[in-house]
Formats: sequence, structure tokens, C-alpha cells
Amino acid sequence: MKAERAGTKRDGRWLGLYVLAYLVFLYLPVLLIPLFSFNDSIQAAFPLQGFTSQWYATLYGNPALSGALLNSLVIGAIAASGATLCGITVSYMDLYGRSPLAATISAIARLPILIPGVIVGISLLILINLIGLGPSRVAIVLGHILVALPTTVVVMRSRFAAIPRTVREAALDLGASDWTTFRRVMLPLSLPAVLSAFMLAFLISFDEFIVVFFLAGTEPTLPLYIWSQLRFPRSLPTVMALGTVILATSFIIAGTAEILRHRGLGAARRDPA
Amino acid sequence: MSALVAAQAPAARSSSGFRLAMLLPGALVTFLLILFALGLVLFLAFRGNDGSLLGVGLTIENFVTVATDPLYWTVTLRSLVIAGLVTLATVATAYPVAYYLAFHAGRRRGLLLFLVTLPFWTSYLLRVFAWKIVLAYNGVLNSALIESGIWSEPTLAFLNTPAAVVVTLAHAYAPFAILPIYVALDTIPKSLLEAASDLGARPFTAFRRVVLPNSMPGVLAAALVVFVPTVGDYVTPAMVGGPASTMIGTLIQSQFGKANDWPFGAALSVCVMLVILVVVLVARGADRRFGSRT
Repeated sequence: MKAERAGTKRDGRWLGLYVLAYLVFLYLPVLLIPLFSFNDSIQAAFPLQGFTSQWYATLYGNPALSGALLNSLVIGAIAASGATLCGITVSYMDLYGRSPLAATISAIARLPILIPGVIVGISLLILINLIGLGPSRVAIVLGHILVALPTTVVVMRSRFAAIPRTVREAALDLGASDWTTFRRVMLPLSLPAVLSAFMLAFLISFDEFIVVFFLAGTEPTLPLYIWSQLRFPRSLPTVMALGTVILATSFIIAGTAEILRHRGLGAARRDPA
Repeated sequence: MSALVAAQAPAARSSSGFRLAMLLPGALVTFLLILFALGLVLFLAFRGNDGSLLGVGLTIENFVTVATDPLYWTVTLRSLVIAGLVTLATVATAYPVAYYLAFHAGRRRGLLLFLVTLPFWTSYLLRVFAWKIVLAYNGVLNSALIESGIWSEPTLAFLNTPAAVVVTLAHAYAPFAILPIYVALDTIPKSLLEAASDLGARPFTAFRRVVLPNSMPGVLAAALVVFVPTVGDYVTPAMVGGPASTMIGTLIQSQFGKANDWPFGAALSVCVMLVILVVVLVARGADRRFGSRT
């Protein structure tokens, strides 16, 4: 902090204002969705026409919507489990496996970041048709495991890396097998990160649209349901009410995941961040 | 030295069953779902379309069409320009935020980091949808401008323009850019800044000569993670872009939908991947020039 002079302090204040403006830009358009979801008008326009909760009432008793919701929840849970399992094993073997194969797998697992979603979608579409699966819920699960994989690998890898190597070595030196060391020592120490990775993977699957568009059969997920509703101007307020619920849920899950990601690191060592 | 021996000893005890079980899930996903699936796209790109799943024959006709039909040049160029503008806009606007987080945020750093990454975890579709209701003819922006007396009539000039695509994409991918730049800035040794200041460099000179070059790896990483998803995007052009903003992702999507020419769609995908490969290589080269610390 010695390097900080009066000049940089002043710069800091201007930068602070800029960051504030940036956050407003980041959140304002998104927060318009909740604002207009309570507006008593079919148009999303000023002036506001008065408060109503009628659009939320339209969410109840809509079988297409509840079907899509259930679909999204089930697919999200299974895909998140798969992506978390892969994230744990891939990053663990990358760090401790000492094999070129493990390093290669870890590198490829992070590759989807460099592939546009549309290409991930069509490549899986070709694959699932080739193996006779066709567009289906199973296909969506596979697609979402893939989309969430880079995130779970990065989260788990940084967590495993934060556990001092000596902890694992001590377990092995005391005669624990690889499996016991993994299950009784390394996994419990990284449990908060496992939960965090699972929740983030669930969110990715729950909100994902670009890939699922190609893989869905007759049962849409929630984002596909929203997409189908966007064609009808009359259902705009309902979409905004639904969007508000989804945004609120996402904020809560992402917030919890963030807290979990940093929790419990003290058990192994102080939080490096 | 003894630590090295101790570290290597357990590895020798690794049971092959454990290794197999731990490698299997990742191997299945990466080799089957990523490599094999991408291989299928490459294979299909060299096939003719006969309506069957894997096409027929062996041909480069798809690539000849892409190369000779001016439509594809126009759309590819447009995609590159839009993605380039989005990348430029997101990186340029994210840099000061990352700078503040790294050097000025103090105790608020954790909270601010959380706030700028939170939108990343919300629905992409909803973020794009938000811009649709902002820019629409009878939408938020028009009504607000009229309400405040700035304009007397709503304008069609916002929605269904390439500019709308750029703004929407820049907003949707903004959170992607901050984190890599922040990490790069945060890992610059503070002693470097002190040395620059002690040697008489004014703040701006220190920034230009020390901070900026040292943060370039983060800037390039940020540019890449924004550029890749935007260049292939088809949702935003469809929602806010109108016909004048058709992007390469839109064309790929339609080949696997309405147009129903999978081999041609695969060829377009291969071309996009080649473009991305070139961009990655250029970024790598630039990264090396700045002496990457990663």
C-alpha cells in the first residue's frame, strides 16, 4: 500500500463511480423483468400502469409450464450429478494421477469453452442420432454434462489444489489405500466445493438454451418453453413473471454456491483468495 | 529431495482399479462426447446431402459453396465484425472494473467480485429477452424517451439492427471479461509498481509500461472467452437482430433445422472452428510477445 499516493486515491474514487455505473448497466436491463412483471399492462412500457400480481397467478395450473419445470429440475439434477462426478474425478486425476492420459482428459474437458454453443449442439445432435438415441431427455442430460464440465473441473481443481499435498501424503504414508485416501480424506475436505460445483452445474443446465435447442424431443425444458412463448405478444407478462421467479432462484443458488466455495477451506488451510 | 521421494512413493502403490474408476467418467465424456462428436462434424462436412444421417460420398463441394457464394462471405464477415466489436466493447469496459477490483476495492473486493460474476449464473435467454423489451417499438426505451419529453414518437431504430445485437451481446457476455483480467492484474507483484514509482515513473507511465503489458495475458484470455461464444451466437440475432443481422450461427442452426442440409451445416461449423483456431493462434502469439506468466 506504500505505492498508493494521493493521486491514485483520487483515481480510485473516479474508478469507484465507474464501477457503480457498470453495475447499473449490468443489472438494470435484467431488473426490468421483475419490475414489469408486476405492471398491470400487457406492454412492457412506461408509464407503469399500477401494481398487479395477476401474471404470477397465470403461472399456476399451467400443465405445459409445470411439465417443462419438472423436466428442467430432473434434467438439471442428473446432469449436475454427472458433471460434478466428472469434475471431481478429472481434476483429482489431473492433479494426483501422474499420467499423461489424465492430463489430456483434463485439457479436453475444458475445451468446450473454445467451442461455440451452436457447434456443441449440432455435434451432439449428430452423435445422439448415430447411436440411435435421438432427441430426448437423455440427450439433453449428455449435452448439459458437457456444457457444465469446464465449470465443475475448474471449481474442483482449484479446491483440490488448495489442500496441502502433505495431507494426502500423510494419509498414504499411514497406509490408507488410494481409494480410502480419496473417500475419507480428500473428498470430505472438499465437500463444500463439491456442493458448489453441483449447484453451479445445476444452474448452467437449468438456464441453458443454446445446446438444448438441438437436443430436445417432445418434452421441452423451461428455457425452451419460454422461447416458444415469446412468439405470442399476449404471453409477454407471463414470461416476465416466470422470468422473475427463475432469476430469483438463480440468484439464491449462485449466492449459496459462492459462499460454499469459500467455506471450510480453513480446515485444510487459510483461504488463499 | 526427500520430499520428492516421499511424493513419488505413494504413486507406485496406485491400484489400477482405482485409476480406472477415476479415469473412466472423464474419459467417456471427453473422448466420446467431445472428440468423437467433433470428429463426426468434420466427417460430415466432407459428405454430400442425401437426407440420410451421415450423408453420402466424399466431397469438398460444401466448402466450395462456402468459399464461392458471396452470401457466406457477407455473413461470416458480419459475424466477425459483430463479435469483434462485442469483444472490444466488453474488454475495454471491463478493464477499469478489473483494475478497481485489483488495486482499489479493499474490503469490498469479495462483494464486488460476487456482484460482477452473479449475472453470469442467470439465464442467458432472459438477459437477451430483457433487451428485447428494452428496445422494442412499444418498449421500455421508447416509452421512457417519450414520457420524459425527449422524443415525441417511438422509433423503430433500436430493435432489429446489428447495433442491437452488439449491445445485447456485450451486456450478456460482460461478466466473462472481468475475471480473467482481474486475475492477471491481481497477480502482478506489488513490488513492480513500487519500483516503477520509486524510479520516478508517473502513474500513467507506470500503468502504460508496467501494468498494461503485465495484464495482457488476462486481456487476451478475456477477449477469447467473449469472442468464441459471440461469433457463433444465433439466439441474440434471432431475438433482437432482425434479418439484417443474420450471423454464421444462425445459418448453421437453420441447416440443422429448416434447411435440413446437415453436411453443409457441418462444413459451416468446421469453417467457424477454423476461424476460431486462427484467432486462438493469434492470441497465443500475442500472449508470447507479452511474455505470458501462465
